Amino acid sequence: MEMLNIKINGRDYTVEKNTTILEACHKFGIKIPTLCYLKDINEIGACRMCLCEVKGARSLAAACVYPIDREGTEIFTNTPEIRKNRKTTLELLLSHHDKKCLSCPRSDNCELQALCLEYGVNEKNFQGEDPRYEEDLSTLHLVRNNNKCVLCRRCVAACKEQYVSVIGANNRGFDTEISCAFNKKLADVACVSCGQCTVVCPTGALVEKDNTAEVFKALADPTKHVVVHTAPSIRATLGECFGMPVGSLVTGKMVTALKMLGFDKVFDTNFGADLTIMEEGTEFIERVKNGGTLPMITSCSPGWIKFCEHYYPDLIPHLSTCKSPQQMQGAMIKSYYAEKAGIDPKDIVVVSVMPCVAKKFEIQRDDQGRDGMQDNDISISTRELAKMIKTAGIQFVDLPDEEFDPIMGIGSGAGTIFGATGGVMEAALRTVADVLTGEDLKQIDYNEIRGTEPIKEATYEVAGMQVKVAVTSGLKNAAKILDKVRAGEADYHFIEIMCCPGGCVNGGGQPIQPGHVRNFVDLKGLRAKALYQDDLGLPQRKSHENPEIKAIYDEYLGKPGSHLAHELLHTSYVKREKY
Amino acid sequence: MQKKISSIPFQGTPEQEAKLKEAIANHRDDPGAVMPVLQEAQEIYGYLPLEVQTMIADGLNVPLDEVFGVSTFYSQFALSPKGKYHISVCLGTACYVKGSGDVLNKLSEELGIEAEECSVDGQFSLTACRCIGACGLAPVITINDDVYGRLTTDEVPGILKRYKEA
Ligand code: SF4
Ligand code: SF4
Ligand code: SF4
Ligand code: FES
Ligand code: FES
Repeated sequence: MEMLNIKINGRDYTVEKNTTILEACHKFGIKIPTLCYLKDINEIGACRMCLCEVKGARSLAAACVYPIDREGTEIFTNTPEIRKNRKTTLELLLSHHDKKCLSCPRSDNCELQALCLEYGVNEKNFQGEDPRYEEDLSTLHLVRNNNKCVLCRRCVAACKEQYVSVIGANNRGFDTEISCAFNKKLADVACVSCGQCTVVCPTGALVEKDNTAEVFKALADPTKHVVVHTAPSIRATLGECFGMPVGSLVTGKMVTALKMLGFDKVFDTNFGADLTIMEEGTEFIERVKNGGTLPMITSCSPGWIKFCEHYYPDLIPHLSTCKSPQQMQGAMIKSYYAEKAGIDPKDIVVVSVMPCVAKKFEIQRDDQGRDGMQDNDISISTRELAKMIKTAGIQFVDLPDEEFDPIMGIGSGAGTIFGATGGVMEAALRTVADVLTGEDLKQIDYNEIRGTEPIKEATYEVAGMQVKVAVTSGLKNAAKILDKVRAGEADYHFIEIMCCPGGCVNGGGQPIQPGHVRNFVDLKGLRAKALYQDDLGLPQRKSHENPEIKAIYDEYLGKPGSHLAHELLHTSYVKREKY
Repeated sequence: MQKKISSIPFQGTPEQEAKLKEAIANHRDDPGAVMPVLQEAQEIYGYLPLEVQTMIADGLNVPLDEVFGVSTFYSQFALSPKGKYHISVCLGTACYVKGSGDVLNKLSEELGIEAEECSVDGQFSLTACRCIGACGLAPVITINDDVYGRLTTDEVPGILKRYKEA
């Protein structure tokens, strides 16, 4: 590896050849401002925020894409000229920006606003135009407001990574805007609702649909019994919204905060995840034994399901018929819990807290409820929950720990790892192996399918049978596997697909970290690590050993795959158009 | 200006489709295939409606939004067809000061279409253009190969009538 001696702002450093200026500066404790740059997926050098001076070069260089390839390179990052240049770039952006920071959903973590402050931009220097664009409110999951867009194209790159590409930069010059082909509304194109565009947007131009007002309203209504349940990954991410380090496990504080907000019951979607394993594991064993469609593909991720329906509808028979943990949990709250508690399900409002904005779409799907009632009434993201906690004045970081409520408050370690890519498969294998061997197996760490590599494959011997599995996350990676399945070239038995790269810990509803953090911190890895730690510390690490799961089958559902289980816990899919 | 998107129903023929498929096949393996295929498609169809762009996206296996992005970036591409009679209104400086803006508005009012659109019956399309070098006749419009100069808005209905009855 060739090392180069260079100077940054007159001080001596050594770097590997071809390190970018941005990376080198990061390493030596200098933050270069960026707007468009996203490591690996959007390295287009378009916004010009990161300009630096390379001595001897004719013009300023974009630090994000400039490789240091010469011995003795001298770089300046903070000269009066550079500061002026960056300030002008910002002022030009602001000249047609709507600047309604006070009511902007991103006001507390807007990268544009932060940069304007850092560079001392003076609002008086430019008079903005009136808003030029109408907001796109057409979908259930997000809102696009191009009046706040800085054309960094991070969303376009994120959508492309998802193999969807329904948003792009269209027209040119002053008219350039992020839009769908033929100016269609987002609801009228094959967007899969993943929300990945919202986590990368530096501004308030792309945000989740905010459903918190509905939750507050339900909480204030004395005739409603409001039940909340939180997805596996929320406990590993919520703390970030309150300034805690990435990867902090905050289960107990989260439960306390939910109780303080006034929810009548606080349940754990990990229970729903365990229930999913019971049903999905059984379905898998049956498909293998009875010659059903293989490979079977997991169905917990609604963005993935929508992707399959739009882009690979011929593979629908491969999808497990199991509802997602969110939907199973909701269905059980409105049936089993309602009966036990003696409450009319019509008076129950089920709120789910999810890492995902596609969940907002999922709760309103057909064949996801009973008697005209949705299984879940409102789905909010991690970010929305954080917002509610802030609105209520709850001092999250200092809260003591409390426990989830029975009878759906226990989750096994298998349930908790649902939040990371590979987790669902591992959870399923833990149960399937025990069921098929009739033993209580001790070796339950399936390390080959852990970690954030895009595609993982493994073959396990389960009760004398070779089970070949594949695990993938991020739809671009999923497409590679799906193409093989389509071509009949895949001999897997079981495939786990998660819509978002890295799984739910990196979901579209998770806390937003600015570019300068995203680019240098392994968010998905650190968050997943917290979940695997949680798994290790739990009394039960297999879904079928969860005492509340045993109880629900004993007292209510009968056995996995029973008639009632099918009615309440399974669903169907539809072919959707691509254009 | 953003390009106007036609709301006229697509009326492609099987012959046109066959030609487009051929163009796609010829370029399928080129890295930058979208641009040349769009050019050929525009020659085949005269414009680039959704149906054509979808065929291109599917044929080249690229996202529709990418095809659309290229078609809106370059001014040579039209998203709206040309009518049987194509009217260009000069908005060059000389014409503009002599009121070609009013003429454009009048035409638009009479035809019920905006600039860069085509009437639903496919008879007239309207566009604004830069100086065509006939400033002495300002304000100037052209309808196909016919040139009309020193126009007033009052003359517009009469001129259109000639074509409507032709
Ligand atoms: S996007 Fe940022 S700068 Fe723009 S209004 Fe919102 S908070 Fe303010
Ligand atoms: S939600 Fe996902 S699919 Fe939809 S536009 Fe955003 S990134 Fe693309
Ligand atoms: S919507 Fe957001 S991410 Fe997309 S280009 Fe605009 S500012 Fe960038
Ligand atoms: S040009 Fe470097 S961050 Fe945009
Ligand atoms: S300005 Fe109209 S012809 Fe020259």
